Amino acid sequence: MPTMTSMKSVGTAAPAAPKELSLHEHTLEIVSDAGEGAQKCGQVFGAVSAKMGNGVWTVEIIPAEIQPPARVPEGASGFRIRIGDGPITNWGDATNLVVAFNEQVLLARHRVDALANDAVLLVEDRWATHDDPEIRTAWEHGMDELSGKDYRIIPVPMEELCLTLVDDPKKGKNMFVLGMLACIYARDVSRIQEQIAQTFRKKSVEVYERNVALMQLGWDWADEHIDFRIHVPVQVIDRELVVMNGNEALGLGAIASGMELCAMYPITPATSVSHYLSEVFEKFGGMVHQAEDEIAAVGVAIGASYAGKVAFTITSGPGLALKTEFLGLAVMTETPLVLVNVQRGGPSTGLPTKVEQSDLLAALFASPGDAPHVVMAPATIEECFHVMITARRIAEAFRTVVMVLSDTNLATGVTPFPRPKPDARWQAEPLDLSPVPEGQKPYAWDPETGLSRRVIPGRPGGMFTLTGLSHDEGSKVAYSSGIHQKSSAMRSRKLAVLSSLLEPPTPYGEEKGDLLIVGWGSTKGAIEEAVDRARADGMKVSALHLRFLSPLEPGLKTIFKRFKKVITVEINYSDEIGDPHITEENRRRGQLAMLLRAATLVDVDCWTRVPGEPLRPGAILGAIRGRMPRRGAQ
Amino acid sequence: MTMSCGLPILDHDNDEREYEISDYEGARARWCPGCGDHSILASVQKLLTNEQLVPEQTVFVSGIGCSSRFPHYLKTYGFHGIHGRALPVATGIRLHRPDLTVFVVMGDGDCTSIGAGHWIHALRYNLDIVVMLLDNGIYGLTKNQTSPTTPQGFPTNTQPHGSLLPPLNPLQVALGVTNASFVAQTAEWAPAHLYATLRAAYRHHGLSFVRILQRCPIYASAVYQKAVSDPARIALLVHDDGVVVPDLNKIYTTQLLHDPHDIDAARRLADDADHTNLGVFFLDPSRPCYEETRRVQPRTVNERLALIDAELDRYAV
Repeated sequence: MPTMTSMKSVGTAAPAAPKELSLHEHTLEIVSDAGEGAQKCGQVFGAVSAKMGNGVWTVEIIPAEIQPPARVPEGASGFRIRIGDGPITNWGDATNLVVAFNEQVLLARHRVDALANDAVLLVEDRWATHDDPEIRTAWEHGMDELSGKDYRIIPVPMEELCLTLVDDPKKGKNMFVLGMLACIYARDVSRIQEQIAQTFRKKSVEVYERNVALMQLGWDWADEHIDFRIHVPVQVIDRELVVMNGNEALGLGAIASGMELCAMYPITPATSVSHYLSEVFEKFGGMVHQAEDEIAAVGVAIGASYAGKVAFTITSGPGLALKTEFLGLAVMTETPLVLVNVQRGGPSTGLPTKVEQSDLLAALFASPGDAPHVVMAPATIEECFHVMITARRIAEAFRTVVMVLSDTNLATGVTPFPRPKPDARWQAEPLDLSPVPEGQKPYAWDPETGLSRRVIPGRPGGMFTLTGLSHDEGSKVAYSSGIHQKSSAMRSRKLAVLSSLLEPPTPYGEEKGDLLIVGWGSTKGAIEEAVDRARADGMKVSALHLRFLSPLEPGLKTIFKRFKKVITVEINYSDEIGDPHITEENRRRGQLAMLLRAATLVDVDCWTRVPGEPLRPGAILGAIRGRMPRRGAQ
Repeated sequence: MTMSCGLPILDHDNDEREYEISDYEGARARWCPGCGDHSILASVQKLLTNEQLVPEQTVFVSGIGCSSRFPHYLKTYGFHGIHGRALPVATGIRLHRPDLTVFVVMGDGDCTSIGAGHWIHALRYNLDIVVMLLDNGIYGLTKNQTSPTTPQGFPTNTQPHGSLLPPLNPLQVALGVTNASFVAQTAEWAPAHLYATLRAAYRHHGLSFVRILQRCPIYASAVYQKAVSDPARIALLVHDDGVVVPDLNKIYTTQLLHDPHDIDAARRLADDADHTNLGVFFLDPSRPCYEETRRVQPRTVNERLALIDAELDRYAV
């Protein structure tokens, strides 16, 4: 087979001195069948890179099935790592280097356009000469398909070499690959050994030594056969960092907030928060209650909140839909509640494992009737930690529901951030079980702010019946329209008060210019990277990122007016002008765009996509070029 | 002072105050004249008084429906929530505050229709709470629609030619749930039996499910008419571990000695076509209570902060 011959020659021709490429950043992937350890390999590489002082963003590549068959594109399982000489805030654009355990999983990545046109592909080569003619044919077809791009394909005899050390190469190839990558990227070997020791801490010394030997084998092979090295400079780490994914950060943030009860029902991609909490929460005096359904989960959280410290529930889109009646009850009865929605693709079951920001309007208007509540969106993994503390405090102080909108990108992304310093003010106050002063009503609304102090069971003299029916200050069922008008105003006013306590957001870039990109949630890193690149090209573009969606942060209209054009960038669906039947009048816009237009009367445009993956900074840059007013249009 | 399940009660009142029935009376009940709910309210107030339950440490949770107005008519803490969802709320209260005594009041629509999923799982969790199903066999608040317990053939506004399906048997459902620990049936027109059953339910350690047959004089007075007018149609299940009401011996002459530890006998009696059986069908106080299974060691703020720091070490770069 001609392609094979030429590829072999690439792989085996050992250069005298490998070419060193010094780069600001590089993105690599390890892909395999499920169960071959690509993720473990990637985790070690990512952790070592972070410890050495690279900026790092990693994300898992997860197949939809739990145990997909071997050697099929849908089974691609792996790990993507972007490293940089400064902080890395998002998953980046295309992958520059891939290690693939077979050509089928590699094809999967090729077909979703994950790979740069000039990517280097290091591929296990045993399939080319496999005994099974079908596998050999599949390999040939695969190579043909890949030949359309300028990829550089380097065959690697992974299995052949691993067999010299282990009987079952399935349990070893990943460490071989780790060694290979460590050589190419000049990773610190002692840190790798430390990390391997950590990974296999529950196994015998023999296991550790075998894995180190496999790693060394990969290093030696790369040292002899790979003709380039990637150098991404590191920075001295001058402060303590922690590294985790956004769901772990949400869980740890919930603990840090002093909440003690998480009621949930399993749903992707929110569930891993409860996995984490189930492991550790009891140690902190808390518990995870897995309810019989999504409705019960929020009901249990509301019951617990009503009776004591604020509790929370965690879900994803379809679960939010089920919880909405209870959400209205919590708003109506002013029972504090934190509701986390780790968004996925929708509607309906949609894309359970993929990122989307399509729940914004559902989050804002979840409940029938007028049910004003707070909606916040963390923009980074670090913010996933801190948002829970803020959410708990707002829920308690304002006696309302705080919905936290995360998404799959934050949930599964891993990046280091400054280590939080535990602070007693994060924690909830102990329960107040003192007698209720004579005459104090359960909804003694301050007419200026709508705020009132709640009364929990156990307090002598405070007995009242909380009700979802319209009620007066005394929680008495109100049949007159005047009371409903007043209580509606009181619940609504709280949001205005909260908004008056917020600072106007600061644009990233300059305070005025040609184009302002407005985003929310996990897109912050990619948007700001795109803005950096556009500004480097001389474009007058800035970005504005919103953390509060309800109430909106103040001063938006003033900020918008300083730009010739304002667009939102979001991971949700919007119609494009130019598509059949789509006009300015009937166009359905991005969800934040819709909200901002209504709130500011500014003609906010939008660029939104639903690719089932995080937005790439390069794609956003393309949108910026396309939407620049006047001279920017290229 | 501890509750039956061994959890401490926060004791605010050291003055040994004696509560009277008026201490438990809330707003004037607005149920229709002749509604069976009045009788149930009276029995519950009597129970609260006789058991000297501390009003501020008692919570009544309900859903939506005629019977769910119950908490408003008491002077304890009350949670009048949404249709079918009283049990999750009660679960949250009891899990977070095991020092509180929790009662749940539901109608047949609440419990056996829209909230049926929660009902089954609450029986399985077996929290130490009292759950009352006020079963009048009809939707009253929404004005006369078929409920799961409406007798077959009984006409309503949604099934005017008669209820289409055989009614659901709440006792059979409850007795079929793993870890159910107390299943009883009583009737509001037999107040002595009602009171004795509620007392047994309150004193039981675990979730006490009590189906209370209750007449709706407006839409479904016929549902229990035969049982009300002909005491021979009623059989009392008697046992020293269950409910024995000697005062009723003259009215209800059919009495069956039933050991409430015998689940097979309980299931047979729940299916009795000849009689409406009142009494404790089943009980097993040894079944685990969820709030005890889930009990966690409370932490002080300082302990938590130290543990959070230790947890962050696990993620340190």
